[in-house]
Amino acid sequence: MSLIVRKIASIIGGFIFLYGIYIVLHGHLTPGGGFAGGVIIAGSFVLFVLAYGTDESGEKKRFFIASIFESIGALFFIGIAFFGLFLGSLFFLNFLPQGLPLKLLSAGTIPLSNIAISIKVGAGLFSIFLALAATKYFLEE
Amino acid sequence: MNLLPLFFALPLAGAFLIPILSKIWRGFSDLIANSITTILLFLSFYSLNLFEEGEVIIYKMGGWPPPLGITMVYDHLSALIVISIAIVVFAASIFSIRYLEHFTGRVKFYTLFMLITAGMMGVAITGDIFNLFVFVEIASISSYALVAFGIEKEELEAAFKYMVMGEIASLFLLFAIALLYGRASTLNMADLANTLSVAGRDQLFWFVAAILLFSFAIKSALFPFHSWLPDAHPSAPAPVSAILSGIFVKVLGVYALIRLSFNVFGLTPQNSPIFFHILIFLGLVSVFFGGIIASRQRDYKRLLAYSTIAQIGFIMVGIGIGNFWAIAGGLFHILAHAITKSLLFLTSGAVVYATGKRDLEELAGLGKTMGITAWSYRLATLSLSGLPPLVGFFPKLFIIIGACQAKLYWLAILLAILSVFTLAYLLKIIRKVYFTTKEVSTPETPFSMRLSMLFLVILMILFGFGFQGLLNSLIIPATKVLLNGTGYGRAILGG
Repeated sequence: MSLIVRKIASIIGGFIFLYGIYIVLHGHLTPGGGFAGGVIIAGSFVLFVLAYGTDESGEKKRFFIASIFESIGALFFIGIAFFGLFLGSLFFLNFLPQGLPLKLLSAGTIPLSNIAISIKVGAGLFSIFLALAATKYFLEE
Repeated sequence: MNLLPLFFALPLAGAFLIPILSKIWRGFSDLIANSITTILLFLSFYSLNLFEEGEVIIYKMGGWPPPLGITMVYDHLSALIVISIAIVVFAASIFSIRYLEHFTGRVKFYTLFMLITAGMMGVAITGDIFNLFVFVEIASISSYALVAFGIEKEELEAAFKYMVMGEIASLFLLFAIALLYGRASTLNMADLANTLSVAGRDQLFWFVAAILLFSFAIKSALFPFHSWLPDAHPSAPAPVSAILSGIFVKVLGVYALIRLSFNVFGLTPQNSPIFFHILIFLGLVSVFFGGIIASRQRDYKRLLAYSTIAQIGFIMVGIGIGNFWAIAGGLFHILAHAITKSLLFLTSGAVVYATGKRDLEELAGLGKTMGITAWSYRLATLSLSGLPPLVGFFPKLFIIIGACQAKLYWLAILLAILSVFTLAYLLKIIRKVYFTTKEVSTPETPFSMRLSMLFLVILMILFGFGFQGLLNSLIIPATKVLLNGTGYGRAILGG
């Protein structure tokens, strides 16, 4: 891509990433949440790949990392559910203190679940993007 | 019971543990998948001890009370389905260990395998209609990927066709759920049952029932909607074919249909005869055409796939007759066919593993060298076509008894004739593949494959001789759950 595209991408990419994190962390208070925020976070990665391009080794490395993060996100989510089972004998029990409504640190396990979902969705969508933009490495595998 | 969420949470956790841990050591994928299916098998049989006939176990997810939160409901009908799933999945995962040597991507296979297990288990025990849709989608999407697993041309084509048909069915299911939610303002199946039985039956009620019937007819591959199955099931790797044909179509199609139509909509043959006549008609057409087309196939697995269409037809006829023994026969056939058909598909996998061929004209004389495979196939044939001591005999007997009790004597005679058909097309494989004097030197299949086939053969004989115990502890309570109708809603919400 041209210099203009690269420069703009490097300026706004960070802001997109930050906005995604904002959407995730305020998932229990405002519209949005883990899924929407995860999509925005994945969008910032996609923007960087589109602007700066990639080669085979870079793609391989990115895909490896994305697949690990995807599994970690899902395990984190199901781990929260299992914690409820072990601590309170109910699957998905909200075992943390709920706090006051409309505060950032409230709603018990729900912000944690949102973070887990955002990791899963962000990494998953980014690896879908890499697979759809399939270059040599994927076709050979 | 605290163990209820484990049925779908264990395979889900396994699905996401496998990709991480197998980066450390590749053997973890086999180890995790097989240990989880073993735990599920023990858990499913153990769960029968935890509640009596007529009781329901209700599990409130996250502690939310029923109409608000998602509930998991475990009664004998769910137990029957869960046990069938656990048996098939256990045998298929043992079989996969050596079978996957022909494929790359063992890790991806086991991840999808665990997801399809989680989806089916979730469908069987959920008490929330939108949750049901989510689990249907988890299972369906993993099955599309598993059908395309070999990434050859035919497999991708079959998977694409399967995906289009399956998603049309899922879309109509979602549409029906949206209409129901608009009507009753609730997604809990028990609450829906109560609301619908109070609200009475108007045009919208029948419209939703018709959409659901259409959607589940595609999912269970009844005759006019069957076109995806004969391509999709043979294309998958053999253990997956065993799951898809053995249990998948029954959980997503038959179980979901009967649970919703009997327990949520409260349909009975007395108050809605047209609905049940449609089921009998679709079932009978499936038995007839599935059998005829199966007898003309040249491909080992494709023949078995058409046979699945015919056998699902038997189940549907049993449900459609709608009296006690016919439904008991239909439910028993879910279990019996799950064991038998997955065994048949595993033998096809063993033959493909040993020879690399599926065409019946090219295969010959394997009966001597592959003794266990051949005897498994012969016994499964006898069971499926209804030879008395084996498990496949009783379901068909009960369905025919039910037809006689409903004074449908022509149907009873027709079913008896059509079940002979089953023997005819299954014998074709015995004659072509196993029963020739030509000497072929093919080595016997590996130990793990023989183990999983033997496991199913033993169950087939055990359930056949011990059918009385099985009937009393599982089939009859499950039939009573269905015949209880919308009493399901009152049992859960206690009103």
